[in-house]
Amino acid sequence: MQRIGVFVCHCGSNIAATVDVSKVAEMALMEPGVVHAEDYQYMCSEAGQAKIADAIHEKKLTGIVVCSCSPRMHEATFRKAAERAGLNPYMVEIANIREHCSWIHKDMEEATKKAVILMRAAVAKVNLNTPLQPGESRVTKRALIIGGGIAGIQTALDIADAGYEVDIVEKTPSIGGRMSQLDKTFPTLDCSACILTPKMVEASAHEKIKIYTYSEVENVSGFVGDFTVDIRKKARSVDMDKCTGCGVCQEKCPSKKAPSEFNRGLNNRSAIYTPFAQAIPNVPVIDREACIKFKTGKCGICSKVCQAGAIDYEQKDEIITEKYGAIVVATGFDTINLDKYDEYAYSQSKDVITSLELERVMNAAGPTHGHLERLSDGKAPKEMVFIQCVGSRCSDDRGKPYCSKICCMYTAKHAMLIRDKYPDVNVTVFYIDVRTPGKNFDEFYRRAVEQYGVNYIKGQVGKVIPQPNGKLLVQGSDLLDNRQILKEADMVVLATAIEPNPDVRKIATMLTASIDTNNFLTEAHAKLRPVESPTAGIFLSGVCQGPKDIPETVAQAGAAAVKAIGLLAKDKLMTNPCTAHSDELLCNGCSTCENVCPYGAITYEDKEVNDHGIREVRRLAVVNSALCQGCGACTVACPSGAMDLQGFSNRQIIAEVDAICR
Amino acid sequence: MKYSYYPGCTLRTKAKDLDDYARASARVLGFELEEVEDWQCCGGVYPLGTDEIATKLSSVRALNAAKEKNQELVTICSACHHVIKRVNDDMKNVEDICTRANNYMELDTPYKGETKVLHYLEVLRDRVGFDELKKKVVNPLKGKKIGAYYGCLLLRPGKLLEFDNPENPKIMEDFIRAIGAEPVIYPYRNECCGGYISLKEKDMAKSMCDKITESAEGFGADMLITACPLCMYNLNKSSAKKIPVYYFTELLAEALGVKEVQAS
Repeated sequence: MQRIGVFVCHCGSNIAATVDVSKVAEMALMEPGVVHAEDYQYMCSEAGQAKIADAIHEKKLTGIVVCSCSPRMHEATFRKAAERAGLNPYMVEIANIREHCSWIHKDMEEATKKAVILMRAAVAKVNLNTPLQPGESRVTKRALIIGGGIAGIQTALDIADAGYEVDIVEKTPSIGGRMSQLDKTFPTLDCSACILTPKMVEASAHEKIKIYTYSEVENVSGFVGDFTVDIRKKARSVDMDKCTGCGVCQEKCPSKKAPSEFNRGLNNRSAIYTPFAQAIPNVPVIDREACIKFKTGKCGICSKVCQAGAIDYEQKDEIITEKYGAIVVATGFDTINLDKYDEYAYSQSKDVITSLELERVMNAAGPTHGHLERLSDGKAPKEMVFIQCVGSRCSDDRGKPYCSKICCMYTAKHAMLIRDKYPDVNVTVFYIDVRTPGKNFDEFYRRAVEQYGVNYIKGQVGKVIPQPNGKLLVQGSDLLDNRQILKEADMVVLATAIEPNPDVRKIATMLTASIDTNNFLTEAHAKLRPVESPTAGIFLSGVCQGPKDIPETVAQAGAAAVKAIGLLAKDKLMTNPCTAHSDELLCNGCSTCENVCPYGAITYEDKEVNDHGIREVRRLAVVNSALCQGCGACTVACPSGAMDLQGFSNRQIIAEVDAICR
Repeated sequence: MKYSYYPGCTLRTKAKDLDDYARASARVLGFELEEVEDWQCCGGVYPLGTDEIATKLSSVRALNAAKEKNQELVTICSACHHVIKRVNDDMKNVEDICTRANNYMELDTPYKGETKVLHYLEVLRDRVGFDELKKKVVNPLKGKKIGAYYGCLLLRPGKLLEFDNPENPKIMEDFIRAIGAEPVIYPYRNECCGGYISLKEKDMAKSMCDKITESAEGFGADMLITACPLCMYNLNKSSAKKIPVYYFTELLAEALGVKEVQAS
């Protein structure tokens, strides 16, 4: 028989205002096995933990129930306290009487009744608890970063500077990401390339960092500390060791009709190309869809002009397999497709562009060489209208429910830069709200309005109407003036919502990392573990976790690096002992558990068993306890009851249910 | 192929052309429009009041008649189409309206929105096919620059009418191409003509219609086509511009070579 102590927490007034805590403690003493019960204002405080330790010593307790907040909050705290007092930490159970009870009920009598029931269930479970010992697993001291934008580069640099090996896998031919497409950055207006390219160079020159561009993660197996990853290096058709990056092949390539991804399709590039002049590595790739040699077999000009003999039409995709201890996802974002927003005439008029396209237009290396001009006729605009929240904060299914967060600031930036460089151009911004929290952000926006005379109108635009004379008529409302506005414009810029890179779903599935309804990767705790995925060993960097600007991305990239370093610094990991195991005599080899296991932790082996004297070879489920996350799906699915979960055994669960139903 | 057909009041009076040309063209295109017996006025926009039941019954009768014949119900007038389609949606999805309407109807089997409602243009697109239509054209309207005028009733609410993309529709442009003419895309093609406001506030209707006709002419349209008698009325009466407006069925009949046959 266990000797159980029950500790009821007031949580200040969080619990005590709704639950009669002394009554819960009093009722606990009537439960089987309970030899001690008390309540206290803050059980998680040092004094509270001391009470638990004292009781363990004085009453020789073998099990503990803490009636308090969610186990997600303080289970670890109380387990550690018990362990310090000499008790196996897995002999501690939490009855959640805060989130599951006091916070959601108003009536004290009812809430107290429920708290007592929750306490009983926990006591019933502890009665069947057994001490569990965590195992150990090794840590491969190398990190993988998926995505080579500013988030991935910063995380890689921080991990590498701490002395660990880092590999970056980047899908496109160069690292740099979205930031390399930006012209200037808020709120300091420094040139994006000027602050990014040194980091790109640093990453590529770092002895601890290996960069795989034009490559994708193909498969991930293993678990925290010991991931095995297949990386597909797509055929570049150019030998990276031989190429000198002279650029002659790109100049001479006769196929120059492929839309430039880097310039958002606003102009064309050659079939053999580097996305931009400062690309790293400065080695081109051949776009086989656009290449005449690959389409017709004739041409081969790039091969002829290449002094280094680097062109290799025969090159094939290559799969390399590497081991990693930690994986950081830094897959970034794209702007949403505007097909469902035809009222803004984006598909009908070349002079309606997205803000990211405007970045390219404003950039000296862009399609207009940095001249602000209409893409339809090359004329300089006199009236520009910016429309905010295109697809953001959208209540129907056309757009996104969230605020894209960066648009208010970059629109203020665009407006300011245009007014500064072209003072005769009038700039009007339609907005729902201007959201500029952040260091020096609101001051920046005020400068756009007060010093640069940008005309901000609170109200949304209903329609952009192309006119026969080539101008655009913007129909909107001014909510502060309560009037309809028809404004003629030469160009309209749409602050288009951002969304996670579409590939992230595939990657999240490979990593078994959870993802929310908007395809943002979910963090382990919204406030306290913002850069970790709930899946151990997976970390989140940049916009893949939620909309953020460059300073925030860099900060989060550093945070993700620290978490990854914290993992890589360990030689061994303690594994969770609450894993599944199969009773060999009950298992009938049906594979049901293997099919439901989300972690690939269950395999089948032919094993000899001794079933009541009968020796035979049977196909049996075997759980890899290093992979098992203890989710319990297999124990529910197993038709013969062979699967059981340590710490959450079928007997324990039934005992809890019985206690609740008593 | 045989469809139940709901012409509506206006197609019997002011918009007789719209009806006649539609029937004549249907014969050439190989489908039959079987007029619903004893149909009544759809009620214009009136039945869209959510607490109104009596005025929805006309639509329910037509819909149920089609159901009993196991036919799809074809409409032409934008307003009738809008009303019948929305009432049908209510019968399918709004339990309260469905129950109350069926209480009035006292049918052997209650009507629950089973009938599919098709606009004549949808029949051309989804049942006949514009490619097939193109093959049947004997008198292609070459060189004609035609602006499609959709108005609002056919397109909105987009999720319910499921007619086309309300902000950038193309069904009428595809129709114009099929009969051999050139569509002119102009931004006001999906804006409202003013509807019944022309009875009360002529100036407002005029300003709304002027925007439409000016924009269409500005982009080079020689003529407009519409499916809606009320749009036709407003564009002709309210607008200062005298751009000709035709029912789409008239140009269809002309392209199919049955316009004169029908007129005689």
